[in-house]
Amino acid sequence: MNFLHEVILSVGIDIGTSTTQLIFSRLTIENQASSYTVPRINIVDKEVIYRSKIYFTPLRSATEIDAEAVKQIVREEYRAAGITPEELKTGAVIITGETARKENANEVLSALSDLAGDFVVATAGPDLESVLSGRGAGADVLSHDRRITVANLDIGGGTTNIALYEKGTLRGTCCLDVGGRLIKVEDGRISYIYSKTQALAKAHGIEIKVGDRAYPEQLYGVCRLMAAQLAQALHLTQADSHHAGMYTNDGRALPDQPRVQAVTYSGGVADCIYQKMEDDVFRFGDVGVLLGKAIRADPDLNRVELCQAVETIRATVVGAGTHTTEVSGSTIRYEREKLPIKNIPILKVSPEDEASLETLKSSIIQQMPLFTPEGKAEQIAIAFTGEKRTSFADVQALAAAVIESAKEVIQGPYPLIVVVENDIGKVLGNALNVLLEHKKEVICIDGIKTLSGDYIDIGEPIAGGQVLPVVIKTLIFNS
Amino acid sequence: MNEKDLRSIIEQVLAEMNAGGAKGAETCCGTAAPAEAACQVEDGCIPDITEIDIRKQYLVKEPENGEAYAELKFNAPCRLGIGKAGARYNTLPQLEFRAAHSAAQDAVFNDVDAEFVEKMGLWTVQTQCDSKDTYLTRPDLGRKLSPEAVETIKAKCKKNPTVQIYVADGLSSAAVAANIGDLLPALMQGLQSYKIDVGTPFFVKYGRVGVMDEVSEITGADVTCTLIGERPGLITAESMSAYIAYKATVGMPEARRTVVSNIHRAGTIPAEAGAHIAEIIKIMLEKKASGTDLKL
Repeated sequence: MNFLHEVILSVGIDIGTSTTQLIFSRLTIENQASSYTVPRINIVDKEVIYRSKIYFTPLRSATEIDAEAVKQIVREEYRAAGITPEELKTGAVIITGETARKENANEVLSALSDLAGDFVVATAGPDLESVLSGRGAGADVLSHDRRITVANLDIGGGTTNIALYEKGTLRGTCCLDVGGRLIKVEDGRISYIYSKTQALAKAHGIEIKVGDRAYPEQLYGVCRLMAAQLAQALHLTQADSHHAGMYTNDGRALPDQPRVQAVTYSGGVADCIYQKMEDDVFRFGDVGVLLGKAIRADPDLNRVELCQAVETIRATVVGAGTHTTEVSGSTIRYEREKLPIKNIPILKVSPEDEASLETLKSSIIQQMPLFTPEGKAEQIAIAFTGEKRTSFADVQALAAAVIESAKEVIQGPYPLIVVVENDIGKVLGNALNVLLEHKKEVICIDGIKTLSGDYIDIGEPIAGGQVLPVVIKTLIFNS
Repeated sequence: MNEKDLRSIIEQVLAEMNAGGAKGAETCCGTAAPAEAACQVEDGCIPDITEIDIRKQYLVKEPENGEAYAELKFNAPCRLGIGKAGARYNTLPQLEFRAAHSAAQDAVFNDVDAEFVEKMGLWTVQTQCDSKDTYLTRPDLGRKLSPEAVETIKAKCKKNPTVQIYVADGLSSAAVAANIGDLLPALMQGLQSYKIDVGTPFFVKYGRVGVMDEVSEITGADVTCTLIGERPGLITAESMSAYIAYKATVGMPEARRTVVSNIHRAGTIPAEAGAHIAEIIKIMLEKKASGTDLKL
């Protein structure tokens, strides 16, 4: 194949509890196969080319984001960078931390999504945030290159997002209500305390309330308790009776295997961990500096190696801008005029159910009602690994099974979308097309890993039409 | 020397060897197995060394970081990290190497099973080579159809098809047996999905790539595609290529062929390769060009 090289522009916008940021990056796509074999197109280089200023997230009230002000920031930064939405091929807008709990979060997302470019995805969710910040901090690459297990702790204003990587592979995520702005300080007095933080302090005999004088020693004590919760989340020490309650939205804990060998820190508090900040500990109007100091001093956290993160306060936005997009396999089948498509829920057939065609069919049939509320067909993507089904006969049988079990999709108005891991996308797509007598649009892509509960976005073709950019949005992480 | 004499000589030599072996054992360990024990017949199987996946094979003793080496090795089927005995290979890797070499030789020297060709719904024609020896020593004859073959193709093949596909043994009969069952139907289905008309496929015995030019001229196809066994290597003897050309003619430059190589179960899997080749043919028909003239 003669396609060699293409550079696409990507944007990342992160609206967090305390800060709003934006970056632009360049993704280089190359065919790494020789010209006389089937192409193998990959993203070979990612480079951040523009970093915005770091803004405090504009809020209209305690429960509402100031959407107009956010839009204004984004517009300003586009202008400063000299980039227009039309130039962007991909990217992600993400609302993170406490901000995602605001009433108008979704509205803000969709408003920005249109401003940000045609194929820029909007998303939120603590699991995804953990993954993006982990990648932005470089924990995945570190664990891959050094063949160790690395946890990245992205410590922001309201939450700490943890992603655990073993030799480059994601092993788990979790999110705790530990952050630098859970206690705010104004004019030497406590101006805000998050209820869970107050309860944690009280249980250890530290009584603090809004309006109290802010004593550094006392609040350092509270920060030490928060740091201890992080050590417990990493299974570096026994969990105490408060620990289960510390997870955001009653979320899951990390798996206790594999054991953490090294940590990286990102988020706003990270710089307070990596650097000693002695002067005015309340200079940011919160306990971020004290929390950083407490984490640096925590004996349990010190039992694993401390590594430098590639990005600290910008880890999530860099993750959103440079690490969300992947490319499909290079031999696939699609209908160009049906693209791009966004926010398609994945109907995933589990590897166990894939073992036989009968269980594959019943898995699709049983899950279908979940995606067709009130009997109305919505757009979905059917996903499985396609492992071991590589012979022509197997692929035909697989295509027939999909057609038989996905009647709702085939009779409905939307294209039949199939997402497989194994390199059978094109032959499976052809089989579906022929079996459906060319009467139904078929999009069949491979080289993409999915989990149940994921959403998928598929962009317009790149690399001379050979591959499609894909963003998988992991909203629920099944470890 | 007749057979009887030969047998007695062999028996004598074996007896001496056993006696010598027993004696040798006696001198070094003080215990000797009785001579007849050395000739005992056992039931059982020797493990098939060709079943070993060399990507998963790591044999270095007391490595610095064996786990990392093994992970690295898993990326490619190379003969590294297999230990050594002094300056030489260990027995197992040495045997594996020879087994791979034998498989490569078999792939070249064996014929494609006629029954398999029939099962695939193909009929056979031959080039001007009359044997494997001629085929290997006279590449020029492997590029020309025999007069009978020309007649058969004229009689049996659809005239002026959009696409003419045929299979050739090339340098690996093993590649034909391993891949055609998936590759050919996937290619046919791919063309069907693009609604492209295909001629009558067949099999060429003792066929080299160049014979496609003559096939193209006889059938009058717009695009001719040959699926042909590649020269085997020590990693796989089953690799296949597709050579495809737009309006091929005898004597045209080699640069007018487009090739898709490395089709086998550990390379590009044959079913997916078939679907890919169908798309290349579709583009070739649209652009009316092939080889270096075609920007894919």
